[in-house]
Amino acid sequence: MNEILAQVFQVGFFAALIRIATPLVFGTIGELFAERSGVLNLGIEGTMMLSAMTGFSTAYFTGSLWLGILAAMATGILAGLLMALLTVSLGLSQHVSGIGTTLLCSGLSFFFYRLIFGQPSSIPNIKPFDVVPIPGLSAIPVIGPILFDQFALVYLAMAIVPLSAWVLYRTPWGLNLRTVGENPDAAYSAGVSVTAMRYQALMIAGALMGLAGAFLSMAQFNAYTFGVISGRGWVCIALIVFGQWSPWKSAAGALLFAFIDALQLRLQASSIINVPYEVFLMMPFVFTIVGMALVSRNARAPDALLKPFRKEER
Amino acid sequence: MQPPVPLLEMRGICKYFGSVKANENVDLTLFPGDILGLLGENGAGKTTLMNVLFGVYSPDGGRILIEGRPVRIRSSADALRHGVGMVHQHFHLVPCHTVIENLMVGRPGRSGRLDRRGTLDGMAEVERRFGLALAPDALVSELTIGEQQRLEIIKALVRGARVLILDEPTSTLTPQETEGLFSALRSMAAAHMGVIFISHKLNEVRAITNKLMILRRGKVSATLDNDQSISRRRLAELMCGREITPPAKPPATRGEVLLEMRDIHTGGTSRGRLKGVSLQAHAGEILGIAGVSGNGQLELAEVISGMLAPTTGVFRVSGREVTRPSPRRVQQLGVGRIPEDRMGTGLITTLPLASSMVLPRIHEKRFSRGGFLRQGAIRDFVKEQMQRFDIRAPGPEVRTGTLSGGNLQKALLARELAWDPLVLLAAQPTRGLDVAAARFVHEQFLELRRRGRAIIVISEDLEELFALSDRIAVMFEGCINGVVPIEEATVQKIGMLMAGVKEAA
Amino acid sequence: MIALRLEPREHTPVWLNMLLPLLAVLATLVICSGLIKLAGASVMAAYAKLFLSALSTRFNLVETAVKATPLVFTGLAVTVAFRAKFWNIGAEGQLLAGAMAAAFIGARQGLPAWSLVPAMIAGGAAAGALWAVVPAALKTRYKVDDVVTTLLLNFVIFYGMMALLDGPWKDPLSGYPDSPDIRMAAEFPILLKATRLHLGVLIAALCTPLVWLLMSKTTLGFSITAVGENPRAASYAGMSISGVILLSALISGALAGLAGASEVGGLHFQVMAGISPGYGYTGIVIAMLARLNPLGVIPAAFFFAVIITGAEAMSRATGVPVFLADVIQGTALVTMLIALLFNQYRVRLRRVSHE
Repeated sequence: MNEILAQVFQVGFFAALIRIATPLVFGTIGELFAERSGVLNLGIEGTMMLSAMTGFSTAYFTGSLWLGILAAMATGILAGLLMALLTVSLGLSQHVSGIGTTLLCSGLSFFFYRLIFGQPSSIPNIKPFDVVPIPGLSAIPVIGPILFDQFALVYLAMAIVPLSAWVLYRTPWGLNLRTVGENPDAAYSAGVSVTAMRYQALMIAGALMGLAGAFLSMAQFNAYTFGVISGRGWVCIALIVFGQWSPWKSAAGALLFAFIDALQLRLQASSIINVPYEVFLMMPFVFTIVGMALVSRNARAPDALLKPFRKEER
Repeated sequence: MQPPVPLLEMRGICKYFGSVKANENVDLTLFPGDILGLLGENGAGKTTLMNVLFGVYSPDGGRILIEGRPVRIRSSADALRHGVGMVHQHFHLVPCHTVIENLMVGRPGRSGRLDRRGTLDGMAEVERRFGLALAPDALVSELTIGEQQRLEIIKALVRGARVLILDEPTSTLTPQETEGLFSALRSMAAAHMGVIFISHKLNEVRAITNKLMILRRGKVSATLDNDQSISRRRLAELMCGREITPPAKPPATRGEVLLEMRDIHTGGTSRGRLKGVSLQAHAGEILGIAGVSGNGQLELAEVISGMLAPTTGVFRVSGREVTRPSPRRVQQLGVGRIPEDRMGTGLITTLPLASSMVLPRIHEKRFSRGGFLRQGAIRDFVKEQMQRFDIRAPGPEVRTGTLSGGNLQKALLARELAWDPLVLLAAQPTRGLDVAAARFVHEQFLELRRRGRAIIVISEDLEELFALSDRIAVMFEGCINGVVPIEEATVQKIGMLMAGVKEAA
Repeated sequence: MIALRLEPREHTPVWLNMLLPLLAVLATLVICSGLIKLAGASVMAAYAKLFLSALSTRFNLVETAVKATPLVFTGLAVTVAFRAKFWNIGAEGQLLAGAMAAAFIGARQGLPAWSLVPAMIAGGAAAGALWAVVPAALKTRYKVDDVVTTLLLNFVIFYGMMALLDGPWKDPLSGYPDSPDIRMAAEFPILLKATRLHLGVLIAALCTPLVWLLMSKTTLGFSITAVGENPRAASYAGMSISGVILLSALISGALAGLAGASEVGGLHFQVMAGISPGYGYTGIVIAMLARLNPLGVIPAAFFFAVIITGAEAMSRATGVPVFLADVIQGTALVTMLIALLFNQYRVRLRRVSHE
């Protein structure tokens, strides 16, 4: 047992954990903005899939990773606009709209990937992001290599959690957004446009989901594959329930999930426990369901979640 | 001297919903210092008109002038900018936010952050001028209904409203709280603001307003000064187009106890959780339940309907103890139930009327056999009830939600009365109904009473309770604070009990 | 200024109900024609290949019916669940559960030959039902969101299945992670000589009117609809919400499980990684296109079977990526959802006057 522990819990393990958590943090915070405005965005899985593809392709052809990131975010925003059109302007079922958006976006990502790259014998790849050690800080023992010897996008993810908490709880925009998600009538009668707030929230959500997808195909891996997301979007939605719709707790949930994911990767590689590797792949999903079951009874979703707002209706 | 410029003018306002003319050519004028009573039956178009003024609805015709200048009000943001504030009947507040958070919504911040200091200054100003104050960091969910309404008014005043619209503001207040509201309104009028007071309660309107405007079927039927010489009857006629006489109530013949509760408690932490409710409803009587909303009426109704199991206490229906209450069980024991929320709890708006009307009885032999529906029998039953209760709808297959409020309530009544209940529980049975429909409902209650059934009416409308009840039980903070026989009941007495004062005697 | 206004309908004319899915499909094809153009192919040629190849010969027609079979099952499964507003996105996983159960039973040497096929069918349905009850119980007991759990459980069972196929259940005769073949006696009988038209097709065809009967003629169907439309009113009327949701999950899961059993017994005779290329998700599109009416599931499933089979031929002939079929599915779901607005509301254009 000690042997396993020693093999698993090394500095590299924790650095990997942070990397694994990064796309989950982007996705979760993105989804959080959508849900705090009252819209459950089940389009997240497809949005991440399509953004991973457009980001990768842009980087592949332009040679610029940052242009790829921009393209992925733009893709996410477009997907968010589709969600907004369906659920906000037309007031359609958020469940079905989200599933539709996911099916459509993943279909598009397969279609365009095949259209652009055909069926090559080897998977096209790019030179992914390099780590950017932060001078000084990265030299701190243990903590340095774990936190400060990472991709630039990892630092962005670290910043985005406090930033989103600040925006949500300390700014007029954030208060308006939370009010729209709790009681749109209250927001509307205070002069806030519910439609505009939800559009903005879904666009921000889309941009962050785009970042999440791009991180996977351009930093964590260096290629786009059809399995690049494999359920991480759905996990983000679970993490929000687990984190009780709070940015800090949801990010903590992302770290917990990443811990289990990193652990299973290590165990897969360690060959100490001799079971098929798929058992380990299954683990994070099982833990996520258990985690949700533990907290769901007391979780309080925003009051207006899933409810369309139509002002001219009697 | 120039004639004073009206604070607000609405000219020729029209608003249609499909073929329904909710407002047609409505004119309204409000001078500084006016408190205008906007009267009318339910569905007369009062709220629609005010929603047009507040920018919730865009009118199909007409224009609005503020201090003589034409303005466009296309959203509530426009309305607020032009100094129009509105307190809706259902409060537009976020319960899980604090008082000051609710006040800061929709307001610009200071250098990107929430402007707490500026809002506190605004609150202090409102307190100084109108005597309205609240603790800024209290959670809204912990405020009483009266305090929540105060918050709504402060919200409008902090935003600089000069015209304040109040939609049925007194329906959830105790008579004493209502007096407090009135004194605040008077100080606003004294400060040259204009107030529009929507109500269908004639007494209150006459007590507080200086002008009256009466709407009937979307049109102005009269505009007059509130002059004590106009009789109450005349006003009622202007509202309804005819004289209204309450149904005659023969003397009660009280029989055995049909429903009994002894020391009922319920769980949870809400203000209205029951803390030892005991009451009895007798055959041949109408028991009225009064109280400020949120004092346990909802919970009481839920217990009687079988939706909420008491934690302790005894609950009996016609002598049989209900040990494991459930909606099915209480129905089997002969309790008919008219819920407060007709659309949300009673009927299923998206399904055909026929489905809504057989919902609780679908397993009866009459409607199904061996798990299969008897659709012919269902249709016949619904058609029969539609005829008996004069439910106006194209047919049993019509979508429930397209019926008017009065017809929905008739459908619910028909559904429950078809099984000849021993006890009928009705919560807010005439809320939102027009006079004719309300009268029909009341007649049905009196008919049940004549046939020796027990009727429990939970209502926030004291006039209704006084007209119907044989005894009035008043709830306060989850207890029955007193039961008053109708012969001894006065508004003052009931009001004191509603406010939590025990009877002096 | 012209504004759109939605007015609730009292009645939805029957012709409109029939027309809406057709309009949605038409809109989908128009939208997707842009992608075909983008791929440099002729729209007409591509669509001709897409639709006609699956319908051209009797053999292809039968093949399409075979392809439609799992889609009918998953479409019905989603229909029943969605009617109760039990958001079962897990038909995919329930299908896998059914397939695994059927493959396991079908390979048992100890069972009498005659019992294999019925046991596989019953076992597949039971396994699917069992796997669907997990999220339903989590929802009713612990208030866990059903969308997320059904989705996550798809991954759980997929990796679980792969772990078995990579480990104890791996066919020793095969180099791939496949399960051993079922016994000859366990293979579903063929209904039409020299084709692959198997018993599963017949079961799917029979299940459709049965589910219709259940949903529109029985008290259970009535309760499922009532709970789905307004759980509070249903419970006020004396129905048990948890009970109805659990029952609808059982039925839904059993139908999805049958899809798996039918694929194993009639087509693949074993379980492998690619046993379901997303039939569970396509089931959602089918159910919506059928407007949650069981009878509509057959044409909708047939339509997507045509597209899925035709996509290969189209891709070979015109170079348009085969994934056009996936895009069509996603687009059809979105357009159908929009079309349903016209079912509930009539849209009025009107002029807004503001002076």
